[in-house]
Amino acid sequence: MLHELTLSGLTAKLAAKKVSSREAMQACLDRIDAVDGQVNAFMSIDRDDALGQADAADAALAKGNTHAAQPLLGVPISLKDLFCAKGQPANCSSKILGDFLSPYDGTVVRKLRDAGAVLFGRLNMDEFAMGSSTENSAFGRSNNPWDLERVPGGSSGGCAAAVAAQECFGSIGTDTGGSIRQPAALCGCVGLKPTYGRVSRYGVVAFASSLDQVGPLTKEVRDSATLLGAMSGHDPHDSTSVPTDVPDYVAELGGDLKGTKLGLPREFLIDGIDPEVRAAFDAAVKQCEALGAEIHEVSMPHTEYGVATYYIVATAEASANLARFDGIRYGDRVDGDDPFSLYCNTRGQGFGEEVKRRIILGTYVLSSGYYDAYYLRAQKARTLIKRDFEQVFETVDALITPTVPAPAFKAGEKMDDPLQMYLSDIFTISCNLAGTCGISLPCGFTSEPKLPIGLQFLGKPFGESELLQIAHAYEQATPWHTERAAL
Amino acid sequence: MADTDFDIQYVANLARIALTPDEEAKLGYQLGDILGYVKKLEELDVTGVEPMAHAVPLANVLRADEVRPSIPQEAALANAPKQANGLFIVPKIVE
Repeated sequence: MLHELTLSGLTAKLAAKKVSSREAMQACLDRIDAVDGQVNAFMSIDRDDALGQADAADAALAKGNTHAAQPLLGVPISLKDLFCAKGQPANCSSKILGDFLSPYDGTVVRKLRDAGAVLFGRLNMDEFAMGSSTENSAFGRSNNPWDLERVPGGSSGGCAAAVAAQECFGSIGTDTGGSIRQPAALCGCVGLKPTYGRVSRYGVVAFASSLDQVGPLTKEVRDSATLLGAMSGHDPHDSTSVPTDVPDYVAELGGDLKGTKLGLPREFLIDGIDPEVRAAFDAAVKQCEALGAEIHEVSMPHTEYGVATYYIVATAEASANLARFDGIRYGDRVDGDDPFSLYCNTRGQGFGEEVKRRIILGTYVLSSGYYDAYYLRAQKARTLIKRDFEQVFETVDALITPTVPAPAFKAGEKMDDPLQMYLSDIFTISCNLAGTCGISLPCGFTSEPKLPIGLQFLGKPFGESELLQIAHAYEQATPWHTERAAL
Repeated sequence: MADTDFDIQYVANLARIALTPDEEAKLGYQLGDILGYVKKLEELDVTGVEPMAHAVPLANVLRADEVRPSIPQEAALANAPKQANGLFIVPKIVE
């Protein structure tokens, strides 16, 4: 079946004219019709637009355009509901944006189009990317394809669920504290968070601007490399994108792990890791050793301060970023007698509970009298966390850790305890604070029920190529990436 | 663990968010709990540590001051909840 192909499997068939882009796009739509009633990954799909793009890709292929020049030519890719694509909604799974339609293409969207991708569908997420389960979506949660009673993770939970349910050949999400890697781990796919500044944020609705990065979710590491290559690079529209060369990530795959030094941070191996997750992780470490890697135990003493630092820095930035949703220029408005009550009513009724919680927390930590005690102290703690990374990267090439302490949890389990929900991000958060890159890929399954377990590698700043090589070597030596959820 | 200093009504007002009494009670309690947790940072000795606002130290990025095409007025207003005569309509601000 066409929808079962990986992204690279599909491009090979498109290049050989064995299938058309329209057939591939139709296969995704058929698959969505068959299973998305259960998975609920998609918020909306513009089918005519999608098939029109596929026909244009087929015309380009017929004219002789190649995948060497356009690596995604004819490949259906889906987007998290926070990317601006001209004429399409970008609701951020929030009520407050109403019937907003983007007036322009953001840079990631433009680059993917330039690479020939067929961009379709708006994928569900936690409202404004705040959450770890998609339960904070104003439009209902998505379900984990491995067990529909469980969450797919978040905030890019729709992205991970759609890839795991084989409804698209890859999806694009964002990661502020683990929002790509955590759902990838919970759904058994590959999720990459690039280094801060690697991919432009222009045309991506902002949550926490010093932490947000765009990245791909895919079935395999090779597909992740293809999508990263298409999206990366300096963008004059984003002053924080970094002007460094973009390597050919796909061409550099294929090495082994001989001589690769992997750091095992002892502070990550805390009590409270699920025993089956711990066993799968230990086996993955042994597997890397068997493939030639040297394992070095390292110390990152400020790890335990990551979650507290993150929830001050991220909410402070969010309180400023989300000030723009005021009912004046776009989105829904709830009237009031004066501008002040219009703002309060619009935001009170438009935002969901978690978004309100975080904006209020962020407002508080920035407010007069509390700034030094909370925000400034957190910024200093962030420096210490970054130094931990700089120090270990003097001796090792990458870090190896579990992605999440436990497999996918049941819907509703953590909804009344936001602090417990935040603590599930404990292994992914420090990478965003330090601004470096990380990848999660499958490293096994729990036994009953069968749920995916994620392995995380964290790399040096702008070290995505080496990170992808390490992940690829592990992936190709293990069977986990070939397993698919039975739907 | 409640943070006694935390006044939910005052902060929600600063954030321009109208809360129902139920929301005030629930969010007030949960935020007290979260603030109790983040007090963990008080354990850290941050003497002499520079604060970090950004992962990548970049200098200001400037461009030439030249006229370039931008989104037309009609498109910029298309998503407005209320608009007329090329303007966003808002409640009266000055008497």
